[in-house]
Amino acid sequence: MHGAVARRRGRLPAVLGAVLATLGLLAGCSGAGALGSAEGVETVTVAIVSNPQMEDAISLAPEFEAENPGIRLRFVSLSENEARAKITASVATGGGEFDIVMVSNYETPQWAQNGWLTDLEPYMAATPGYDRADFIPTVRDSLSYEGRMYSVPFYGESSFLMYRRDLFEQAGIQMPAQPTWPQIAEFAARLDQGEGRQRGICLRGKPGWGEVMAPLDTVINTFGGRWYDPQWRAQLTSPEVRNAVQFYVDLVRQHGQPGASQSGFSECATQFGQGQVAMWYDATSAAGTVEDPAESTVAGRIGYAPAPVVATPSSGWLYTWSLAIPQTSPRKDAAWRFMSWMTDREYIQRAGNDPDIGWTSIPPGSRQSTYQIPQYQQVANAYAPLILDGLQRANPQQPTVQPVPYQGVQFVRIPEFQDLGTRVSQQVSAAIAGQITVDEALEQSQNYAETVGESYQR
Amino acid sequence: MAITTSTPPDTQEPAAPPEPRRQKRSAANVWLGVIAWVVGIAFFFPVFWMVLTSFKQETDAYTTTPKIIFEPTLEQYEGVFSAGVGPYLVNSLIATVFSTLLVLLLGIPAAFAVSLRPVKKTQDVLFFFISTKMLPVVAVIVPIYVVVNQIGMLDNIWTLVVLYTGMNLPIAVWMMRSFFLEVPGELLEQASIDGAPLWRTLREIVLPIISPGIFATALICVIFAWNEFFFAVNLTAANAGTMPVFLVGFITSEGLYWAQLSAAATLAALPVILAGWVAQNKLVQGLSFGAVK
Repeated sequence: MHGAVARRRGRLPAVLGAVLATLGLLAGCSGAGALGSAEGVETVTVAIVSNPQMEDAISLAPEFEAENPGIRLRFVSLSENEARAKITASVATGGGEFDIVMVSNYETPQWAQNGWLTDLEPYMAATPGYDRADFIPTVRDSLSYEGRMYSVPFYGESSFLMYRRDLFEQAGIQMPAQPTWPQIAEFAARLDQGEGRQRGICLRGKPGWGEVMAPLDTVINTFGGRWYDPQWRAQLTSPEVRNAVQFYVDLVRQHGQPGASQSGFSECATQFGQGQVAMWYDATSAAGTVEDPAESTVAGRIGYAPAPVVATPSSGWLYTWSLAIPQTSPRKDAAWRFMSWMTDREYIQRAGNDPDIGWTSIPPGSRQSTYQIPQYQQVANAYAPLILDGLQRANPQQPTVQPVPYQGVQFVRIPEFQDLGTRVSQQVSAAIAGQITVDEALEQSQNYAETVGESYQR
Repeated sequence: MAITTSTPPDTQEPAAPPEPRRQKRSAANVWLGVIAWVVGIAFFFPVFWMVLTSFKQETDAYTTTPKIIFEPTLEQYEGVFSAGVGPYLVNSLIATVFSTLLVLLLGIPAAFAVSLRPVKKTQDVLFFFISTKMLPVVAVIVPIYVVVNQIGMLDNIWTLVVLYTGMNLPIAVWMMRSFFLEVPGELLEQASIDGAPLWRTLREIVLPIISPGIFATALICVIFAWNEFFFAVNLTAANAGTMPVFLVGFITSEGLYWAQLSAAATLAALPVILAGWVAQNKLVQGLSFGAVK
């Protein structure tokens, strides 16, 4: 009896010790992710946003490592909001955790101006066959600061309207080559079967400057509205903005999806993919999702139209996820080697020919040559030309009718916009939920915008 | 106002003879049972739905009429494993196990000191402990980030071990203090009369009595450390990422993700559920320990 107790007492610390020792060993010096680094191998850490095309790139990365035995890749894949916060904190404070970061055309010129990013022109010039001129010009310009590129595009997107061809035919509606928003509202009313059944259109309503504000900003622009006049006076209570926001809120409340104030891209993708809405206005990258039979029951029955307009000739947005090297990275050459591999023409071929990825899921909207590839033309004929056209016609310098002091289509390219856009989006989302009126939402938004604008008036 | 509206129903009725009263008591029991079931189901349902969703295809995962009948698939779990869950799991284990051990190592003597051997200004000490929990974490993340960056400890799992220890220590001291207070004072007096040194008193008399309480405290620390997201996402990158950080990698802004996220979340929850299940008896004993006066 005594012996048994003593044995048990003796055994517990031993087992505990062994477990701790194993865990300690596994931890290495900094964590389990650091295991397996060999001598003479450079480890490049890449921070990316976990969207489908990026996940595909991760799955192809072993091919890069096989071709470049001196480089080992490690990916930190986070959702958009977390990635943006984390990358911003790391780059701004010189945290140095990452050798490559995924940023957009919102960050790149601002960060380049701050001196946080590496000028990529010398690297591009020293890489034979890396065709800089092949990038879609608007995309390339949006990633440049003083004419030099500080990040290279992995994919680009504009916005367009997706609609169910079959439903339109049944209802005898012809989609115009360039629809207007009032036309879309009329179609939505005709195709709306009422609550609990198929609704007319899906529009984002979720708070967030990258959520509801993205499509709404394009509507504001094409209605002739703007965030600021050239003297940085806030314009959110102007008649143009009022009309645009009232139109958007009315449309989604009357003929939009259920739970609209909580819908973002993913929710609308599901609604549209399940055949529960007749139209969806969103990012062109949605085509890859809704045309994938594994994710959508309406694949092959979808028509596409350019972003609807009112007072401007076009209204699609311009957005691109691109790769940049923080100034702090000590492994710039290795980082560039991988970045150039991932943004090269060859990568598109590699992804398209990969049996697990395929031509419908290649990263679109970065290079003009992508749109000359016969296999891609064959599978993406319905929407690919619209993506290219939308990107080429997007005008971040002059997004609306009247002049503006800022750049950007679906955002205002100033550091304060992340906060301002999110606050305004919360107001709009509350209006979509019916908690406040559009006028109340815009009054409050105007206050926020005035505060930001004042700091630019001096 | 509130008092008048919440008058118990039986005071309004005339005094009932013994038999109906028993009936009423059993009726009250039934009601209590119903409420317990409703609350239980309300808490359990999201977990059940998560597990169910993890076996769905993405197209079935988020439908306006939620689907209960579908063709189950293990595809999402394959996806999670192929995304490399291993290092994240190990990091979470390290952060959880080591921080909990440190908390117990520091917390047991501290709790002993502020309960059975009250030191000077015990109340102030206790208040100081809990006051460290009053500031929201987000308010201190910038200084913490800057300091960790300066000393070159970003993306290091031991940083999380230290932070989680600090995070759980106040709660642990408070919890364990209430358990220590349950120890009968006579036992301690007896021990000191017998001339037992402090360490022996603690080890051989006090700890065996309150071991269920320590167990409960440890489990709470394990759960908090395992689920901690904010420090982890801000202070780690490729080396030291933990399970919650791994989870958000499945949220995409441009695609469908509910089924795969559910699969990853189910896997992430399993170790804690297992730990809780194994410790169930001790835990119930421990949680009700401090409550009985």
